[in-house]
Amino acid sequence: MNINRRSLVSGLSATLLTPCLASAATVTDTTGRTIAVPDKVERIFAAGPPASILVYTFAPDLLLGWTRSHESAQCEFLGVGACDKPQVGRLTGRGNTTNLEVLLKFKPDLILDVGTINDTYISLANRVQEQTGIPYALLDGRFDAIVPVYRKLGELTHRQDEADVFARYAENTIDIIKGRIDKIPSEQRPRVYYGRGPNGLETGLGGSINVETIEFLGARNVAGERRGGMAMVSVEQVLVWNPDVIITIEPAFATNVRSDPVWAPVKAVQTGRIYLSPTLPFGWVDFPPSVNRLIGLWWLAKALYGDLFPEDLRPITRDFYQKFYHMTPTDAQIKSLLVGPT
Amino acid sequence: MGRSSVPGMLIAFIILIAALLLAFTLGRYPISVGDLLHVFTAKLTGRESEAPTTAVNVILQIRGPRVFAAVLVGAALAVAGTAFQGLFRNPLVSPDLLGASSGAALGAVIGIYFSLGVLAIQAFAFVGGLLAVAAVYLIGSTISTRDPILVLVLCGVVIGSLLGAGVGLVKYIADPYNQLPAMTFWLLGSLAAINKADLLPLFGLVAFGTLILIALRWRMNVMSLPDEEARALGVPTGLLRVAIVAAATLVTSASVATAGIIGWVGLLVPHIARTLVGPDFARLIPAAALLGGGFLLLIDTLARTVAAIEIPLGILTAVVGTPFFIWLLTGVSKTWSGA
Repeated sequence: MNINRRSLVSGLSATLLTPCLASAATVTDTTGRTIAVPDKVERIFAAGPPASILVYTFAPDLLLGWTRSHESAQCEFLGVGACDKPQVGRLTGRGNTTNLEVLLKFKPDLILDVGTINDTYISLANRVQEQTGIPYALLDGRFDAIVPVYRKLGELTHRQDEADVFARYAENTIDIIKGRIDKIPSEQRPRVYYGRGPNGLETGLGGSINVETIEFLGARNVAGERRGGMAMVSVEQVLVWNPDVIITIEPAFATNVRSDPVWAPVKAVQTGRIYLSPTLPFGWVDFPPSVNRLIGLWWLAKALYGDLFPEDLRPITRDFYQKFYHMTPTDAQIKSLLVGPT
Repeated sequence: MGRSSVPGMLIAFIILIAALLLAFTLGRYPISVGDLLHVFTAKLTGRESEAPTTAVNVILQIRGPRVFAAVLVGAALAVAGTAFQGLFRNPLVSPDLLGASSGAALGAVIGIYFSLGVLAIQAFAFVGGLLAVAAVYLIGSTISTRDPILVLVLCGVVIGSLLGAGVGLVKYIADPYNQLPAMTFWLLGSLAAINKADLLPLFGLVAFGTLILIALRWRMNVMSLPDEEARALGVPTGLLRVAIVAAATLVTSASVATAGIIGWVGLLVPHIARTLVGPDFARLIPAAALLGGGFLLLIDTLARTVAAIEIPLGILTAVVGTPFFIWLLTGVSKTWSGA
């Protein structure tokens, strides 16, 4: 159906559209839309942070630019030249910061978005594709879709073999970790509070993208009974929940919570099970919701089920950063990353 | 009128006491009334409490500070609203008329944007509120006009909307995953993150501003007359206006900095106070303080007990406030004239 519309459009404005579209192969994206992919895909415009991280890990040469420019601390954990790529703005999501003329100036062969699949994003993809004449693929951004997403990216770029390496790495990681955790009966799994915000009082409700990997590892999210996104809670409520483990991304909160008398009765504070997640170059637990959370799976598994994961995280981290971020971290860099369990 | 206001003040006082009792007994962490009494008697007599330590901790470190903060913030907003409604001779005025809330909002979102600590964010919000009102006042007073009040209000409206655009800009460029939710939560108002350490500065600033307004009570009565008449009575209207605006802004900024943006209290409570004790500021200000404290305490108790997650205060005050205000408006002409 999409092909028909496309051929109609190209028929009407044949001289304006690039001829490669006519000879395109077709790939079906996660939404079921059929994308006409050009023979050569060398320039990908990533519509948001998850897509840009995905493309960068897979093939930095394909990525035209980042949604937002990075801070120097982030650049230290990315490959040479990664931070020289321009800031291209955000195409979808809350607030468009790219205009379509700028997008066209970058001459992308493909526009890629990774994230929520719903009618809003599908219609946006269709609209941009019609306006620009550039194929627009929308892939599922959920953590458990990481393996098929790499394979799909391989299809879209005609680099199936390279993609397979990443897909198998992810599959392997997930299989090892899930394999050990699956045996634990659910009542023995730790009850986790995920604290964000300056006071640690913002948390992710059940099914929210922020606690996706925590719930993926079978931990019991104390705020998970109610489903939704992010919400504020009171300390009193955290005392009622009395979590076994606190996971946070907020350095100030991770420090204060240990000495704050208000938090003192919480089990996680009494047993010292407060874990501050690494965030460079991208978050290990929470955001952006992309493949950066894959290395976080090891870290989380160790924080939640320490006995089952005797591995040293340092070589695993180095390996991941070499393969996915195209840089080799020094021992000092790895030490600075892993402030939590090692 | 003088004598009839005594029961009015008594009603305001009883509402506050009832709200306090309710607020201390209700909460997400279950604490029996017995334990609650143990904690209080132990605190009063200085002896070791028989209640479990967690109950002591909840009452003294979490629920107690929050209850007092709610009373202080509610009282502050109500007092500032009362002062502004008198000064601008308009019952539809709220304490953020001159940009205190929008200034504080911009200060806070900038603080969040630069990932500052909680104290710094509060300081940014406080200073932002003061600066915004100072700017409005300076611009307003440079424009020579026969109606300085109107110019001031218009300056407040335009500067406020400019600051609102500033907030929008910071939200637009902020990190959508981390900073944007924090900004949204802050702008909706909440006392969930209140800490014992927040209480003293909040109390100091609110008490200072309120005392200034109480000291000016007689002159504020005169200020509700047209400017020429007030001046004919020997009141230096220009100077007095600065003092009232400064005192009201101080308490508004202090409360917004601790609790975020909470609308309606400063608009609604002065009306209820007027129906209870009449338009004399000597009675109106204390009555508004008592009622504002009680009102926000009830709202905050609702916000923290209804669900496991917090309900933002700004949302609750709007939901409760709108129908109540419409109902009040039906009789407002009567009470406003003080008849």
